[in-house]
Formats: sequence, structure tokens, C-alpha cells
Amino acid sequence: MISDQNLQKTPLYEKHVSLKARMVPFGGWDMPVQYEGILAEYQQTRTLASLFDTCHMGEFFVEGDCVKSGLDHLVSMTIADMPLKTCRYGFLLNEQGGVIDDLIVFRQAFEKWFIVVNASTISKDAQQFKKHLTSASSFKDLSPSTGKLDLQGPLARNILSSLVEDIKKLDYYTFDFFDLFGQNVLISRTGYTGELGYEIYYPAEKIGQVWDALLKFKEVKPAGLGARDVLRLEVGYSLYGHELSDDITPLEAGLERFIDFNKDFIGKTALLKQKQEGLKRKSVGLISESRRSPRAEQKLYDASGKEIGVMTSGTFSPSLQKGIGLGMVEPSLAEKGKTIYFGNDTNKEPAVVSGKLFYKKGSLKN
Amino acid sequence: MDIENDLLYTKEHEWVSLEDNIATVGISDYAQEALGDITFIELPSVDDEIDQFGQLASVESVKAASDIFSPISGKIIEVNADLESEPGLINKSPYDKGWIAKIEISDPEEASNLMTAEEYQNFLEAEG
Repeated sequence: MISDQNLQKTPLYEKHVSLKARMVPFGGWDMPVQYEGILAEYQQTRTLASLFDTCHMGEFFVEGDCVKSGLDHLVSMTIADMPLKTCRYGFLLNEQGGVIDDLIVFRQAFEKWFIVVNASTISKDAQQFKKHLTSASSFKDLSPSTGKLDLQGPLARNILSSLVEDIKKLDYYTFDFFDLFGQNVLISRTGYTGELGYEIYYPAEKIGQVWDALLKFKEVKPAGLGARDVLRLEVGYSLYGHELSDDITPLEAGLERFIDFNKDFIGKTALLKQKQEGLKRKSVGLISESRRSPRAEQKLYDASGKEIGVMTSGTFSPSLQKGIGLGMVEPSLAEKGKTIYFGNDTNKEPAVVSGKLFYKKGSLKN
Repeated sequence: MDIENDLLYTKEHEWVSLEDNIATVGISDYAQEALGDITFIELPSVDDEIDQFGQLASVESVKAASDIFSPISGKIIEVNADLESEPGLINKSPYDKGWIAKIEISDPEEASNLMTAEEYQNFLEAEG
């Protein structure tokens, strides 16, 4: 158990405490897991709008030519053809093809790149960037000075447009700079919930006023990491440290669409080899046949009781009223519709292999 | 947090009400709050014989699974089947609609191993 003294606090820590949030350690940070309750915060996000403190996440800035800077070689996805003010999701890989982190690259200008990374991986990501970026680039870790809020839910656009009128022009996975309380700040139409939503990057020391202003809307309530995890799992998004890790490749995670094999990048040789040899395990969705939920690290079994894999994430799905999850299994068993079992040596519960989009009615692209 | 006065409590945060030789069992307001939204319960079967502090039921919340222990030994004579379709009743009404099982008490003396409401209150405060 990490003692509280070692945990980092976001600039909104005191606000969470005064809202009586339950605080938990997450990726080295003391974060709100819930305020009112996970299910209430889940419903709020699916039907109205929720505000998430995501100040813990990391932000880098790279300046330089896409290829000459070394950036293109660092990330798995195509970035050379990115239009200005668009975002793209992909991976930072090690030489073995394992995932150092999943990240989003924002193209601010032809040679200016803003990169958003996970909280727990900031230092190893920065190390990898510094190691592989060339002298034709500059690198800055903006994480300590950058605050971040996620406003997510079907009403997010209407709400944010009363503070930032032009926000309506943002399409999914694009961003721009907007005036918000006298600061010119980056706002992107991205998120981690499967709902229409925005991520607001704001100077850390001043982000409290944005938090307060958004919570003044009666349609907005704060939501914690508990609801965030249920929301992301219902739309099959990966969580670093669970579905993705230094030992899991994007091919195993079923995320090949974020890899551009037509360019050179770190890890490419290993991934090509893995493709050629065939996968030994593959990520699948699972729907429990009951209200019992699978949990991360539980084992998976076939009908004969043979161990065939492991759960990477699991939760109760409020929209399906059943347990759901993501797991890694032998590819021969990764067939949709197949019944497999989650649990332990003494207690096994049936679940059906499925796609990863468990909730299909999200407002994401509205 | 709500602690009902005329109930007895366990260190695992179950409550029991004793009437003649019948015990009604549930979990305390503290326990439901700590577990968070309960999404599943595995109830015991009627006629099961159960030991004091032995496993009575298991519950799952959105994020975790936990066991519930029996405050008293005896035979299960009724379970709250409403919880199977609506386990959230335990959160909404831990001392009333969220009761879990009724037990025919085999040894009334065991009640001396349980805490009164006042003792439970002190126990919670000591636990911090």
C-alpha cells in the first residue's frame, strides 16, 4: 500500500475533499473514485453531462519536422498526413512491440505537436521521447503546469457552448484554441466514455475556476474514476496497465488499426514477426450470462476446465444489466458466440465471447 | 451513518434482529456505503445449515466482490428473493427492504458474541 504522503495531488484535490469524494491511489495520484456513487455518476454521464478531473494525465510538446524530429519513428500510427488541428490515437512501442504507452498526438501547427499520455507512464514516456527525438527537435514535458478537465455526456456541447461559443464547430477527434475566462486554451473533442465530450487543457493553477464554472450548470455533476472505468469498458476502450502493457503488443490487444506498417517505427520488426508467426493470445470482449461480473486477473477456462486465458478488466454493465469485461485468450477460443468461463479453480461462471462495443447508443459522434 | 438501536452487530458489519427463535440478517449502513452500488447477490438456499460467522452470502458491487457472514448459527428458513433482481435494495434500505435471510436460531447464547448498537458505534469509531 502506498502511503498518502507519496501520492501526488491534482490542483482540484481540495474541491474533491469538500465534495466528500472517496479518494483512492491511482497511477501514483490521490484521485476521486466516486462522489455520489458509481451508478449515479454513470447514468449522469450517459444521459446529461459529467465533469472529470484528469489533471493527473501527462502532456508533452514536440517541435520539429514530423520525420526529421524522430517523432514519426516513435509512434505507431501515421502522423505525417494529419491535417492541422486534428488528433490521432496510437502507441509508443518498445523494440519487442510491447506498449510503453497509448497516447494521442495533436497537430497544432505543421511542425508543432502536442501529445497526451497516461499519468503513471509520464516519466518512462518522457525518457523514450528524449532518447529517440533527434537534435532537429525540441521536447518539453508540460505535465506539471497543465491542468485538464473532461466534460462528457450528450449535453456537453450545449453546456460548453454557453462558455465558448465556437465549440460547436469541433468535429470528433479535432481540437482548437479558444478563449475561456481570459485564457487562450486547447480544447479537443475527445474523451474516454463513448459519449459526446470535450477535454479542456488549462493552466493548472487556474483550473479551479473552470471546474467551479462548469459545476454551476445544473446538468453537470462531478464523476470519478469508478464511473469512468465502467463507461470506458462499456465501449471497449483499453486501459493502460490492463489491456495494454510493456508485455502486450497492439496486435494482441486487437488494435492493429492504429499501426501504420507502411512506415518505420520502433517495434515494427517485432510486430511483423508476430504477425507472421501468428498470435499466441488475443483480446476479446466477454458478456457474463448473469449479473455476476468478471474481474481483472481472474482466470478464463474452456468448458473442460482447462485454463485458456486471463481477464484484463471487468465490471458490471449498467446498460446490459450483466457483467462484462475484456480478457486475453488463446486465439482459437477468441470466436464470438463461444461460451467460456471466468473465475478460479473452485468457482467458474459462464460468459459469451463478444465484440468490445457493449454499449452502442453513445452520443460520441452526435 | 445510520445505526439501528435495537439490532446486534458483527465486526464484519452484519446486523441481526432477534425475535423469539428467528433471526433476520442484513448488512449495516456502514457496510453498504463501503461496498458501493451492489449489483449482484448470491443468496443461501432455504434449509441450509449455517454456523455463526460462517459464510452466508456473497455480494458484488460495481468494482468488487465480498462475502457476507452469518451473525448466528441455525437453519435458513427464508431468503429475500427481491434482492436477486434488485440487489440495490441493500444500498437503499439496508435495515429494512435490504434484509438478506431469516434464520431459525440453534443457539441463542451466541448473541453474547455480538455487539450492541452502542458497542458497534464505538467499534466503528475505533476503526476510524
